[in-house]
Amino acid sequence: MSTELPSHDEVVTHARVQDVQLPGRQGTFALITLDNGFDHTKPNSFGPQGLTELAGVLDTLAQRAEAEEIVGVGITGKPFIFAVGADLTGVPSVSSRDQALEIARLGHETFQKISDLSVPTFAFINGASMGGGVEIALYADYRTIASDVPAYATPECFLGLVPGWGGTYLLPHLIGVEKALTLIVANPLANNKMVNGKQAFELGVADRLLEPVTFLEDSLLFAGKVIAGEESVERTPVDTSAEAWDTVVEAARGQVDAKVGGAAPAPYRALDLVKAARTAQRADAFEAENQALADLLMTDELRAGLYSFDLVQKRAKRPAGAPDKSLARKVTKVGIVGAGLMASQMALLFARRLEVPVVLTDLDQERVDKGVKYVHDEIDKLLLKGRVSQDKSNRLKGLVSGSVTKDAFADADFVIEAVFEEMGVKKTVFAEVEEYVSAECVLATNTSSLDITEMAADLKHPERVVGFHFFNPVAIMPLLEIIRGERTDDATLATAFATGKGLKKTCILVKNSPSFVVNRLLGRFMGEAGRIADEGTPFETVEKAFAGVTPMPPFMLISLVGPAIALHNSETLHGAFPERFYVSPNLAKVVEARIPSFYGSDGKPEQQVLDLFEPAAEPVELTAEQVRERALEALADETRRMLDEGVVEAPMDIDLAMITGAGFPFWNGGVTPLLDRTGIAEKVTGKRFLPKGAASVPA
Amino acid sequence: MPRTLSEVVFVDGVRTPFGKAGEKGMYAQTRADDLVIKCIREILRRQPGLPPEKVEEVAIAATTQIGDQGLTLGRVAGLLAGLPKTTPGYSIDRMCAGAMTAVTNTASSIAFGAYDIAIAGGVEHMGRHPMGEGVDPNPRIISEKLVDPSALVMGQTAENLHDRFPSITKERCDRFAVGSQDKLAKAYADGKIQPDLVPVATRHDEKGFGLATQDEPPRPGTTVEDLAQLKTSFRPHGNVTAGNAAGLNDGATACLLASEQAAEELGLPVGMRMVGYSFVGVEPEVMGIGPVPATEKALAKAGLTIEDIGLFELNEAFAVQVLAFLDHFGIDQDDERVNPWGGAIATGHPLASSGVRLMTQLSRQFAEHPEVRYGLTAMCIGIGMGGSVIWENPHHADYVGYQGTQNDEKGVA
Repeated sequence: MSTELPSHDEVVTHARVQDVQLPGRQGTFALITLDNGFDHTKPNSFGPQGLTELAGVLDTLAQRAEAEEIVGVGITGKPFIFAVGADLTGVPSVSSRDQALEIARLGHETFQKISDLSVPTFAFINGASMGGGVEIALYADYRTIASDVPAYATPECFLGLVPGWGGTYLLPHLIGVEKALTLIVANPLANNKMVNGKQAFELGVADRLLEPVTFLEDSLLFAGKVIAGEESVERTPVDTSAEAWDTVVEAARGQVDAKVGGAAPAPYRALDLVKAARTAQRADAFEAENQALADLLMTDELRAGLYSFDLVQKRAKRPAGAPDKSLARKVTKVGIVGAGLMASQMALLFARRLEVPVVLTDLDQERVDKGVKYVHDEIDKLLLKGRVSQDKSNRLKGLVSGSVTKDAFADADFVIEAVFEEMGVKKTVFAEVEEYVSAECVLATNTSSLDITEMAADLKHPERVVGFHFFNPVAIMPLLEIIRGERTDDATLATAFATGKGLKKTCILVKNSPSFVVNRLLGRFMGEAGRIADEGTPFETVEKAFAGVTPMPPFMLISLVGPAIALHNSETLHGAFPERFYVSPNLAKVVEARIPSFYGSDGKPEQQVLDLFEPAAEPVELTAEQVRERALEALADETRRMLDEGVVEAPMDIDLAMITGAGFPFWNGGVTPLLDRTGIAEKVTGKRFLPKGAASVPA
Repeated sequence: MPRTLSEVVFVDGVRTPFGKAGEKGMYAQTRADDLVIKCIREILRRQPGLPPEKVEEVAIAATTQIGDQGLTLGRVAGLLAGLPKTTPGYSIDRMCAGAMTAVTNTASSIAFGAYDIAIAGGVEHMGRHPMGEGVDPNPRIISEKLVDPSALVMGQTAENLHDRFPSITKERCDRFAVGSQDKLAKAYADGKIQPDLVPVATRHDEKGFGLATQDEPPRPGTTVEDLAQLKTSFRPHGNVTAGNAAGLNDGATACLLASEQAAEELGLPVGMRMVGYSFVGVEPEVMGIGPVPATEKALAKAGLTIEDIGLFELNEAFAVQVLAFLDHFGIDQDDERVNPWGGAIATGHPLASSGVRLMTQLSRQFAEHPEVRYGLTAMCIGIGMGGSVIWENPHHADYVGYQGTQNDEKGVA
């Protein structure tokens, strides 16, 4: 090997081999088990050492096959895990394209040894299979898959890579280009959707779907019969006509454009490879994959993708600055002040996730009944969809009740308010609740902008008040901002984090500050977009400017949250920081006119809205590029200020919040890697947010 | 209302290959429950005419009912094998005769009319659960001299049996043991054993997955001279060695029992019909003699004599204990009716599982010997007991009743 690969502490996935006698007595069969020596919580992956070991094992088996000592070779995984692909933990230390190319080639060369064996080869996909784990099985002649495989996917495009250890060539030739692109492009871009074993079988990636109880035994039985010619395998022929193939690829390209707007290179590269795979020779296709992997491994988008993945997989599980979880108090009953839509959504979430009694209160019986009915109806929908059993539905419904008096909170451990966003109202509500609850009961507020310390100030026990800020829709958005007031004690905070974890939310600790993290950054960013539009740049140009940066254009986002809420947020922030946050008079007009959206039901901009827009006295028309730059500058400025103020512990928390609370894309690492990458961070704040190499290619 | 009793038939039986207990054994890292689950799966797989929901009971024996042999094993193994939730199950312990008791219990329930179809079997992973694991004998056993302390160590009870029957010499035992090895080797060579073995995937963290397809304990080619060299583990200058006794083993068995009527309705094969059974207690110090009174009682209940029995499947916990049985009934130790395919000395004896192995083999031998009308499965049991079950051959000319279909799929070969 000419290029030396950077060394890192690789958890080596070993290739163990045992000779087994096929159950039908067709002869000796070499069974390879991929096993990294850990349980299923640390899945098998392929790093340079593991691949080299596997290559050695396959070389030995090649000789044994030639010597007719074995009649077949099979590969399976350790319990519950087949293999989840390349070991990406070493990527940050890959600093040259040559190294990247070497890794790409090592995978191909190793896996190719399976196809080159002179005896029939089999992959027995016994557990989770992703990326290179999917690909290695494609080099075998035959595959079986277990019906309990929980996840089968090629998630490379989600991270910023392509399935380039054979996937872009072998998959479309096995299951057809359309299904292959579902796995290679569509699913990764749909929040990294994965399929299960049964669905994978239906896609055609395996020849037999077998039950887990005797999966390996039945797989070996199948192998023996195939080897003996007693069983044949039928596969759907793949249409490789230019017409069929290219039509599908171009349709997929359109979908990719709609998703990433050209901002993420990986899916486009995958499409190009799949397109070329139709006529390419296998070796040429593999070399094209090598080049694509080498290129992509050296992109900042991939590095940011891995950084993002690490944030949501690891940092999200250990919130920075959270107190010791042993301090958390048990929550056995939850109270919710208010019975409106937000309160009802919360009630459903608390009941489903914590499975404790949840009481909704409101001013009159009618509102209370409506809130409880909403929850009960939602549970009925879950029942109809088969998501919960009849017993579970009975239980969940029984957990949710309503009351017009707050004495229903007497034995609650956690009471959250979702009343009108006004300090006086919230203070009154908490004072009333405090009359009934124990001294330890946590009082949480779902405020999106109000001062937690002030809200607690007049209470008998201000140390029990904590901010607990959900994002809409409550059931879907993963982020929960947990805000510590000046007097909030550790037990309260720990209880809030434990509760958030119980709700399966990504919790981030935020200092008590105006509008916290996501709303503050979105407020600054959308304010800037609004200002630019007000100053004369056409609406459409502003909307176009953020493709690949935000999950949707700014005015579409305003329409989604509601113009009135967006206006309120900008007014609140303007109140706190008048010099930076802009309140758009045109937005105010839209709200005043009670127009619910900037877009009509046909998906086009609402003419009514465009007509309302007051033209600027001296219009300044920016290009989309300029719009983008100015808005990102505003973001960089605000992000730096928030970090300096200690709103969160580190840039990683801002990025985690923007990914999970605002849907900012992985390939930008949320926000700060994008600001670093574009040079805007240094231009505006004089320095980077993250060191070079952390979410970018090292210098 | 008068009660109609049902005849009970043994439809089919299977077992895992037996392994050597311990770190180096092939099942060292394979769960005990998984062993018996694979057997239940195979039973179901072989009878496509049997809807799984028709199985109305699962009785699984294990001597040490803790860990992966605990948790009401019969119930849990049924669920994990894919039987419907409506099929109940339970666990049984009668030490070495666990699976035999699982068969007689469920057969009795079938005969009584409580249900029609049951799976019975046993498992013992002596590597994961060594004999005596977690036991806490009542001190009164010693203080009141209820039994001699040697009664709790099976090898010592075998030595005690030599004391009682001086004519059973170590040389006779070794010769019997060599015969057992030879007969099993021949049975393997003739392909008699393999069809009823269930292949088991074995996992090992350093070796990876493997597949158990044949017994690990047999030592074909063993000679009397080899055995003479072995030390007597339980008494200096004694008689009992690792060579003339069954080893410490891992394995599982299962069989399908049905009322004759249900078997006929579902078109199931019939391996044999249960004639009668008996369990009898003896002095715990000489537990190996147990099969003698148990067989006498079973014969008496059935109105038969020992001369009516044409095939014997006797569990070979110890050679001395089999010889005590044969001597008692005046049968030559080389009689070809006895353990024609060898016995536990060669195959191994995973305690609670062994009873069904005897039955499965007897049923196969019945098919080869239509001239034999009755056969016997018997075994000695720790703490001083014996168990004996008498079976009738459906292939015999005088057999009355449903004889079963001939389309049963045996094994995978």
